[in-house]
Amino acid sequence: MSRLEFACALTYPGGFTLDAAFATDADLTVLSGPSGSGKTTILSLIAGLRRPRRGVIRLGDAVLFDADRHVNLPPERRRVGYVFQEHLLFPHLSARRNLEYGWRRRPPDAQAVDFGRVVEVLELGDVLDRMPHTLSGGQKQRVALGRALLCGPRLLLLDEPLAGVDDELKGRVLDYVEQVLREWRVPTLYVTHNAAEVARLARRVVRVEGGRVIENEVRDA
Amino acid sequence: MDPVFLGLAGEDWAAVGYSAVVACAAVLATLPPGVALGWLLARRTFPGKFLVETALNLPLVVPPVVTGYLLLVALGRRGWFFHAFGVSLAFTTTAAVIAGAVMGFPLLVRAVRLAFQGVDPRLYQAARSLGAGPLDAFFSVSLPLARNGVVAGAVLAFARALGEFGATMLFASSRPGRYTLALQIYALYNLGDAAQERMWRLVAASVVLACAALLASEWLERRGARRESA
Repeated sequence: MSRLEFACALTYPGGFTLDAAFATDADLTVLSGPSGSGKTTILSLIAGLRRPRRGVIRLGDAVLFDADRHVNLPPERRRVGYVFQEHLLFPHLSARRNLEYGWRRRPPDAQAVDFGRVVEVLELGDVLDRMPHTLSGGQKQRVALGRALLCGPRLLLLDEPLAGVDDELKGRVLDYVEQVLREWRVPTLYVTHNAAEVARLARRVVRVEGGRVIENEVRDA
Repeated sequence: MDPVFLGLAGEDWAAVGYSAVVACAAVLATLPPGVALGWLLARRTFPGKFLVETALNLPLVVPPVVTGYLLLVALGRRGWFFHAFGVSLAFTTTAAVIAGAVMGFPLLVRAVRLAFQGVDPRLYQAARSLGAGPLDAFFSVSLPLARNGVVAGAVLAFARALGEFGATMLFASSRPGRYTLALQIYALYNLGDAAQERMWRLVAASVVLACAALLASEWLERRGARRESA
């Protein structure tokens, strides 16, 4: 599996400074830490939605960002599937059109992800023709996960996928996530501050606090 | 009472039709730059932004006659345009379109800007991360989500251009048959009592047109707001 190397620094106008470095080659890396520690910032830097002041981001043999070499791939060429905490489904498109958005734009050499199989695994068959505002939180979550998966990503970024999901549904969402990882084996960076999720999922845990990596440990699978 | 539109004299109908064509052309010409500028003002900060905003809104506060005079000076027989290209635009249909466009542009940009401000910018980012380039993401996500506001702004600009008088009077008034709605009303007014009935019919027609445009604009904006909150 491809190795993710991240070493970036960024200062927000408000004063918060992120200066974090880690590397991982696990299929699932959990990025954990308290709220405001910089986890989501790390995801947006990897996805190319924010630009670091300096640093390097590499994924396998692809350089996504390198300040010294003036490399800064635009988000659409990074092939990183980002599942946002607020889902960010396109409100003017049906669930099906949301799922197809990245799928239709995937590069020819992307890993083959079968549309029907994603719909089947994520149990989305019944909601395909519905508009996002009619979907439940759990359904939106699955559409967002499917949408990111279908763009043929080299890396999946999941930002607190269980935030805002009812307690009894949390286990179900994790089942979906684990099944997706088993079936498509896309390396995944999973952000959470929940210890139970860390315990259940993690092969590798990167802990962030105050914009710095304070721990990067391998767990027994 | 006669139906308002059907009771119009042929010449007055021509003025309504000419105004509609001029206003449509003005909106179509300003829509692409208006959408681009509205988006820019909603999404970007840049040095001198407030100067752009001020310049943009000038036609709303400067007397339209002054705007018309400035257009005449710039694009008429003694203006720089004539010096550069040897063509005077004054007193042509093009001039009427330009006058309408200049007066409607601020309203269009204002509505477009508000519409884009109502769209979550992260949806654009989501589109980019899913493989869409900047233009692709704009046309497939940002613009469709701002559509109602853009259409509402276009309707307002259309209505403004339709009723344009001051700038058109100075820069574009030519001869009967090439009179816009407002110029025709003024011409009828000058004919005195003889043309009073025709004038009233035309006045009523303009009020109906303006109301229809405003209602359409309001309805589209509300529809947009409802969808945003859904």
